[in-house]
Amino acid sequence: MSLLFASTIACYIASSLGYQGYILFQKRPIYRVANILLWVGFLCHTVVVGLQYFETGHVPVRNLHETLSSFGWAVVGVFLILQVKYHLMVLGALVAPLATLSVVIASMLPRPPVELAPFVKSLWRTLHVGTLIVGNAAFAIACFAGILYLIQEKAIKEKRPGFFFRRLPSLKLLDSMGYASLIVGFPMLTFGVITGVVYAQMVRGRFWTWDPKEILAGITWLVFAALLHERLAVGWQGRRAAIMTIVGFVILLLTFVLFFVG
Amino acid sequence: MAGKRYIVAIGLNHKTAPVEVRERLAFSSEDTPKVLEAMGQDACVDEIALFSTCNRVEFLLATKEAPKAVEAVKDFMAEFKNTPRHTFEQALYVYHGDEAVRHIFRVAASLDSMVVGEPQILGQIKESYLHACDYRTCGVVLNRLMHRSFSVAKRVRTETGIGDHAVSISYAAVELGRKIFGELEGKAVLLLGAGEMAELAVEHLANNRAQPIFVANRTFERGLELAERFRGTAIRFEEVRDYLRQVDIVISSTGAPGYILVRDDFKGLMRARRNRPLFFIDIAVPRDIDPEINRINNVYVYDIDDLKTAIQENIDERQQEALRGERIVDAAVIQFRRWFQSLDVVPTVIALRDKMEEIRQKELKKTFGSLSAASEEDRAAIDRLTAALVNKILHGPTVFLKQSAHKDEKSLYVDMTRRLFSLDEPGEPEPEPQG
Repeated sequence: MSLLFASTIACYIASSLGYQGYILFQKRPIYRVANILLWVGFLCHTVVVGLQYFETGHVPVRNLHETLSSFGWAVVGVFLILQVKYHLMVLGALVAPLATLSVVIASMLPRPPVELAPFVKSLWRTLHVGTLIVGNAAFAIACFAGILYLIQEKAIKEKRPGFFFRRLPSLKLLDSMGYASLIVGFPMLTFGVITGVVYAQMVRGRFWTWDPKEILAGITWLVFAALLHERLAVGWQGRRAAIMTIVGFVILLLTFVLFFVG
Repeated sequence: MAGKRYIVAIGLNHKTAPVEVRERLAFSSEDTPKVLEAMGQDACVDEIALFSTCNRVEFLLATKEAPKAVEAVKDFMAEFKNTPRHTFEQALYVYHGDEAVRHIFRVAASLDSMVVGEPQILGQIKESYLHACDYRTCGVVLNRLMHRSFSVAKRVRTETGIGDHAVSISYAAVELGRKIFGELEGKAVLLLGAGEMAELAVEHLANNRAQPIFVANRTFERGLELAERFRGTAIRFEEVRDYLRQVDIVISSTGAPGYILVRDDFKGLMRARRNRPLFFIDIAVPRDIDPEINRINNVYVYDIDDLKTAIQENIDERQQEALRGERIVDAAVIQFRRWFQSLDVVPTVIALRDKMEEIRQKELKKTFGSLSAASEEDRAAIDRLTAALVNKILHGPTVFLKQSAHKDEKSLYVDMTRRLFSLDEPGEPEPEPQG
């Protein structure tokens, strides 16, 4: 394991602990340290992913190791960008552990040398995989925002302000974060699906094969499309939107698993 | 001025004295200079500070004669306030030494307040300290003590959550509003009915820049009046349902015998609102808003009991935080004690040296008187010899007293030294033990 990757993992782990500590103790300096650590980890990680890309000429998703690592990188990246606008500090307590989990698992996975057929090395594939990774990351964050929303909403509805009521931000902020992630994620997902279809045509000569994973991918897209439509058209927000986001992400995860297992 | 000093706190507060007694004994800011001047001149009072609020009167003293000083303060209060001593004496508490230090720390940190954690007390204490500084009634001890109490108060405030979270109904409403809407700025408020608590809540919301504000009252004139006060708009009571489409926060406090809004009123409403959240604060008893409405998505209904529960949790939380505050105070008391005790060491060492020097001079005089034949040189030699003896003898005890290793027992050793060498008794006359 390269030194850079090791430092990435170390930074993510420390940052995760920092964010948990922030939730527990509510001290701003802890948050700042956690945030800086996440940035440092992200920069190391960017170098790792960048090197992999330039060495092979592929978006590093050739095996599960690379995919998980790239996914972790994208999650942190999207989070840090959204953070600039939304300042949703507690979300780091979910995002950082997720990134940590993906890089730790990635580090333990074998890295079989992948011999890709020359046709795989195409722009379509790069686009397909790259946008999907970023899109998935955005949906992961939307899902987390949704979970936090449900926790906070329950506290307010049931009038039992407790541990989380104090520590979680307003419903409005959580909902906006979910919406913003959806707005980032959906075009990515759409583009990823389209390029995937084109790529399938190039590789297999067919656009669509009714393969279970393709069907699942289609369902994922429909769920998020419906959610976005409802949000835009009738101003859907709050609980239902949060639940639908979480459901969509779960299906997305299933699709992801299917692609690697099947 | 060598002599052991004591710190004494005398006072009464909302726990020990009913309001009739407190108001009778409260010192106004005009009284304070007179008190400080008069008490500052009292022979047994070295240093004094006074602070008086509606909930407490506190005298803080540094004195060498604690019992006398306490009596002096009590007499002074009786005289100044023209009140017989027996009417308030039972309400007074007197703390000495560590307990006095702890007391002032707790008061400053708002651990002793009626509403624990309320922030005003520290400002009030700082102000009275400035008064005492103006009249130069604070010396080494009280200066240090007051500054320590400020920093303890600050630590308690920043390191515990003692000042967090609303403990009043209207603040709780604002806090909840923030948890729902994030920013209250630009959130439309509708006041149904009238009433002190409801109006206070509207005021708090308006202070947080919630606007526009609508007021609906059964009597339109009353509504107009209120609307003017909040710079809002009066609407007719029959229009309320229409306005539910555009407002975000509804504060209800009417005298209606039954619900004025029920779940059926919300059919289609949320769609018309594009699902924007709606927050009802129902302060009325009996309630105005059907609690069933709380089950609608994105609608939140809090009645008076819910708000009280929310506050109670905050109060409990403050009590928890107060315990952490007490620990900070405990540590600060010990720290202060160390400083205060070290303050005794130097005067004791000086007193000891003075005493020895006094004896030496006396004995030299006697000796030289009987040694008329001695030359100037011999006298100088004897003088040197005795000086060296005293120095050598005192070296051990001096080092011992100054050693920081004995921090906690310092006052014990200082006290023992003072008694062994009878330093606190007037120097003359010294009966010489015979035989």
